[in-house]
Amino acid sequence: MPERLITLPGPGHTDALGALVARLLRPGDALLLSGPMGAGKSAFARALLRALSGDPALEVPSPTFTLVQTYDTALGPVAHFDLWRLGDAYELEELGWDDARQGIVLVEWAERLDELTPSPALELDLSLDAHGGRTARLVWDDRALALPSLPDVATP
Amino acid sequence: MTQGGPQISSALETRRSGAIGAPVLAIESSCDDTACAILDADGRVLAERVHTQREHDAFGGVVPEIAARAHLAALPGLVEATLRDAGLSAPDLGAIAASTGPGLIGGLIVGSGVGKGMALALGLPFIAVNHIEAHALSPRLPGVVQGGAPFPYLLLLVSGGHCQCIAVEGVGRYRKLGGTIDDAAGEAFDKVAKMLGLGWPGGPAIEALAREGRDDVHPLPRPLLGRPGCDFSFSGLKTAVAQRLAPYGAGALPRRDAADLAASFQTCVADVMVDRAAHALDLLPEATTLVVAGGVAANGAIRARLMALASERGLPFAAPPLRLCTDNAVMVGWAAIETMRAAAGLGRWPFDDTAVRPRPRWPLAEMAERFDVVR
Repeated sequence: MPERLITLPGPGHTDALGALVARLLRPGDALLLSGPMGAGKSAFARALLRALSGDPALEVPSPTFTLVQTYDTALGPVAHFDLWRLGDAYELEELGWDDARQGIVLVEWAERLDELTPSPALELDLSLDAHGGRTARLVWDDRALALPSLPDVATP
Repeated sequence: MTQGGPQISSALETRRSGAIGAPVLAIESSCDDTACAILDADGRVLAERVHTQREHDAFGGVVPEIAARAHLAALPGLVEATLRDAGLSAPDLGAIAASTGPGLIGGLIVGSGVGKGMALALGLPFIAVNHIEAHALSPRLPGVVQGGAPFPYLLLLVSGGHCQCIAVEGVGRYRKLGGTIDDAAGEAFDKVAKMLGLGWPGGPAIEALAREGRDDVHPLPRPLLGRPGCDFSFSGLKTAVAQRLAPYGAGALPRRDAADLAASFQTCVADVMVDRAAHALDLLPEATTLVVAGGVAANGAIRARLMALASERGLPFAAPPLRLCTDNAVMVGWAAIETMRAAAGLGRWPFDDTAVRPRPRWPLAEMAERFDVVR
C-alpha cells in the first residue's frame, strides 16, 4: 500500500489534511487514526467531518465518553469512534460496529480494534515532537498518491 | 369479556389523569451506569439504586460496562429492588420517567423501552426526560440548594462527558450560552492524568499531586481565555502537556516535575473556568445563583475559584452533591416532576411521551417545544 509522510508544522495543517482526505473519501471507507494523546487525532477528525458535512462550524465533540458519534453527510452516515475507554474489541459489536461499517467509520485509538481491524483502510499515524510540530504517516490505497500537497496555512 | 373492556379503559383514564400526586419511578441508562429511583410527588427520594461496574476499572480508565445488554440484564432486577426499598408496589406509582437522550443509543433504548413498557402495563403516563435537562434542574431538588435555586440561574455543567454553560430560565426553557468545542473538562483531567502516569479517575489524582507542585514552573496555554462568549477548549491544553512531557521520552517522569505539571494544568483549567463562567454571568445578568454541577466541581481548587467569582458578583454559589452530579436516576425523576407540574400549570396535563423516541443527540433548546413556550 502506498505510504506518505506529511509534515504538519501547526494545527492548521492538521485541519487542512483532514479537509483534503475528506475530498477523496467514498462510502464504506474506514479511517484508522493512531498516535499519542495530543497528537491531533480529534482535530483531524473534526476537520474531516466539517469538510464532509459542508458545515465549517459543525459541532464535533470528543467522542471519548460517548464512544461513538454519528454524522449524516453527503457520503452517507459517518461514525466517529473513540476506543480510548474500550476494554475489549468485542464491545464494539455492542456499539453497532457492523452497522457503522455500512457507512464510513472514523476511528481514534484504532490500535485497539485488534481482529476487527478493517482492511483495506486508511491508516493515519500522528506523532508529536517537543516543539509542537507533528508528522503524519499515511498508508492508503492509490488515493494516498492522489492526495495533493498541503496548502500553505498560517501557523499561529 | 365485553363487560371488562370499558371498565379497564375507564380505570386507565382515571389513572392517567390522576397521577400527579403519586410517586414517580425514574430510570437512567444513558451511559455506563444503570440507575433507578423513586421520588414522591414533592421530590423526596423514597429509594434509589445504581448498578455500576466502576469497581473493575480502578486501573486504566476503561469502562467495560458499555453494552446495552448490560443495562437490559440489570434493569428489571434494579426496578424491583428499588420498589422494594421504597416499600411500594408498581400499582402505587403515578408516572414512569426515563432519560431518552442524549447519550449512548443502546442504553437509551433499553431504559426508555423498559419505562414505556411499565407505563403501558400499569396504565400510567410516561415522561421522556432529557438527560442534560435533568442535570440542569437538579439544583432545585428539595434540600440541595438553600432557597431552592429560583429561575433564572447559571449552570456550569463540567464533568467527564459534558462541559457547558446553560441559562436555566424555567422548566423547558434552557439556553446553552457556550460549551466545549473539543474535549470536556473532566476528560482533559482524565487524559492528562493518564499522561502523567496517574490512576483513574484523573480529577482526584491530579488534585492530590498538584498539592506537591508549583503552578508557575510550566507555562501552559489558557485556551480561549478572554475571548468573547463562554465556549471552552481543552484539546490544546492537553497537547501542551504532551509537548512538555515529550523530552522525558518513555523513561519515568520525576515526581517533582509531574507535580509541577499537575499544578500548572489545574491552575490553567481553573483560570479558564472562572473566565468562561464570568463571561456567562455577563450574558445572564439576571442570574440568581451560580450553580456548578459535575465531577469537576469536586476539585477543591477549581471550586474555591468559582466560589470567589460568585461572591465577587454577590451571588450564592451552589454545587449539588457529587452523587447528584454523576449519572443518577434521582435527577431524572425530579425533572419529570418539574415537567408534570409545569404542564399542569399550563393546563397540559396529563400528557404522554410514549411516542418520543430515544435520541443520541437532543439539544436542550428543543425542550421548549414540549410546552410551545414562546420566547
